[in-house]
Amino acid sequence: MLKEGQVRIPSGCAISGIFSRKGSAISGERIIRSIAVMHDRSNGLGGGFAGYGIYPDYPDFYALHVFYDSQTAKQECERYLERYFDIINLSKIPTRKSAAIVDEPLIWRYFVAPLPHRLSDSQLDEREFVARRVIRVNSSIEGAYIFSSGKNMGVFKAVGYPEDVGAFYRLEDYAGYCWTAHGRYPTNTPGWWGGAHPFALLDYSVVHNGEISSYDANRRAIEMHGYRCTLQTDTEVITYIIDYLVRRQGLTMEEAARVMAAPFWDTIARMPQQEREEATYLRNAFASFLITGPFSILVGFEGGLMALNDRLKLRSMVVGEKGDLVYVASEEAAIRVIEPELDSIRAPKGGEAVLITLDAQKGGAQ
Amino acid sequence: MVIEANQTYYQALNEAIRACPDTEVIVDRVLGQRYLGCGSSGRRFTLRGTPGNGLGQYLNGSTIEVYGNCQEAVGDTMNDGDIIVHGNCGDACGYGMRGGSIFIEGNVGYRAGIHMKSYLDKSPLLVVGGVAGSFLGEYQAGGTIVVLGLDGTSEPLAGNFCGMGMYGGKIFLRGDRIPVLPRRLILQEASPEDREELRPILERFCRCFHRDLAEVSNAPFHVITPDSANPYKQLYAPY
Repeated sequence: MLKEGQVRIPSGCAISGIFSRKGSAISGERIIRSIAVMHDRSNGLGGGFAGYGIYPDYPDFYALHVFYDSQTAKQECERYLERYFDIINLSKIPTRKSAAIVDEPLIWRYFVAPLPHRLSDSQLDEREFVARRVIRVNSSIEGAYIFSSGKNMGVFKAVGYPEDVGAFYRLEDYAGYCWTAHGRYPTNTPGWWGGAHPFALLDYSVVHNGEISSYDANRRAIEMHGYRCTLQTDTEVITYIIDYLVRRQGLTMEEAARVMAAPFWDTIARMPQQEREEATYLRNAFASFLITGPFSILVGFEGGLMALNDRLKLRSMVVGEKGDLVYVASEEAAIRVIEPELDSIRAPKGGEAVLITLDAQKGGAQ
Repeated sequence: MVIEANQTYYQALNEAIRACPDTEVIVDRVLGQRYLGCGSSGRRFTLRGTPGNGLGQYLNGSTIEVYGNCQEAVGDTMNDGDIIVHGNCGDACGYGMRGGSIFIEGNVGYRAGIHMKSYLDKSPLLVVGGVAGSFLGEYQAGGTIVVLGLDGTSEPLAGNFCGMGMYGGKIFLRGDRIPVLPRRLILQEASPEDREELRPILERFCRCFHRDLAEVSNAPFHVITPDSANPYKQLYAPY
């Protein structure tokens, strides 16, 4: 059987997200209830979640979530990790057996810190050091895939309907200030666990409803900067574009949004001068990272969440608020099921970035 | 008859509604169930909550009144009947509509009324109380779209590409928040004949949502029509 990566799989999907501006702990059970309402937007071939603030006991360690196809892959990957990291805790990720989730790989979690002498020898900053190790494992160790690598956050994903995936990972046992979720509807897939959303690197995670027409142009551009698109599912490239623009180029999340969902030139022509100059600069300087085709995405990052539609708004998305809680979903019903009475609800325009951050963390995008 | 929807699966809910012998059905706590009222004739549905995608698709004469917001593809290809929404509507509302009316109290999303068409005595009507997203009336071939701008903002009445590729029908815009329009459209102040045509439409809108007719009518109106003397040629790739 061909895996994803050997065949290309376009997909439809549903997304949902919850964010507490005050940083209150939200149970993973709530996001499962939300995404479950959109069951028919998925077809059982992929579901996943990202939770932020879920590892308060290890806030300063990178939490690596890893799929292994075999014990050999595990041994090889662990040997590699031990060369670069101090592993302070390792365990299987707790799961609950269910008939709905089958063929699971070995699923392990490591809390790690870079070995100080390795880090200083590398002359890299810590996050770049970690990102390179993750890319290295995923591109060169057969059968090992690090699908989550941020601090105090974690991705949980599998082949299955999202509500079954959430139950499988016992998400009711986790609580965090932000959750995102994805239900996948690939039109043709041999299906494997790594191909489910979210796609994550460091603390950036992306869930995506849509299909990227510009995937190959974006892939060629991002691979010139050291990234390796190992999955050939389009969403992967969005994660790397965000990492590149925000972490490495120092753009704000809003600026990154204006690169990926750039305004049309005739819209730019009507802008006031300073805004026009900024928009022109972003389109010209990062032209290869313009993402075309339908998308609605949720980008999770430390202390924040960004929701963004493609500039033609070819996918549905609404944002609801109630007190300090912000909800974003492909369908309003997915919000109403967990918060029947909202203070407000609206549909952002195509290309309009909605940025939500912790009250305690002004700006938050860095 | 009153049906509680809650999280009943859409198939079961639609079957219950179809099986109900009453002409009038009230459905409470609707939560994302798709295709409600689809293709039906001669009935009246009152829905409370958030109906799912494809509400009233192919509607053929029934009336659907929604207390809440609607999602995507409301009244897709509807043929006859009325959909009244006390709230907002999502994207692709009234797509390919060929008869009947949709009245929305609030805003409508992207691609409202694309491919609307008319034939002989069939002429669809879409009225938006607030504002519309981009691509309003794209490829419109017939029928009437009205945007009233009663949303209390200063946003343009529609987003980008309003009436793009339009070749029939009319778009009425109330007030002066005229969007930037693509080429090959004619924008004119409403004539006395246009006003005459609008009057019963505004009356119906005001009846649906208990608005004051004088207040809604007392504003400038503009009409967008296609420039038939200058037809499209290579619309999306002119060079």
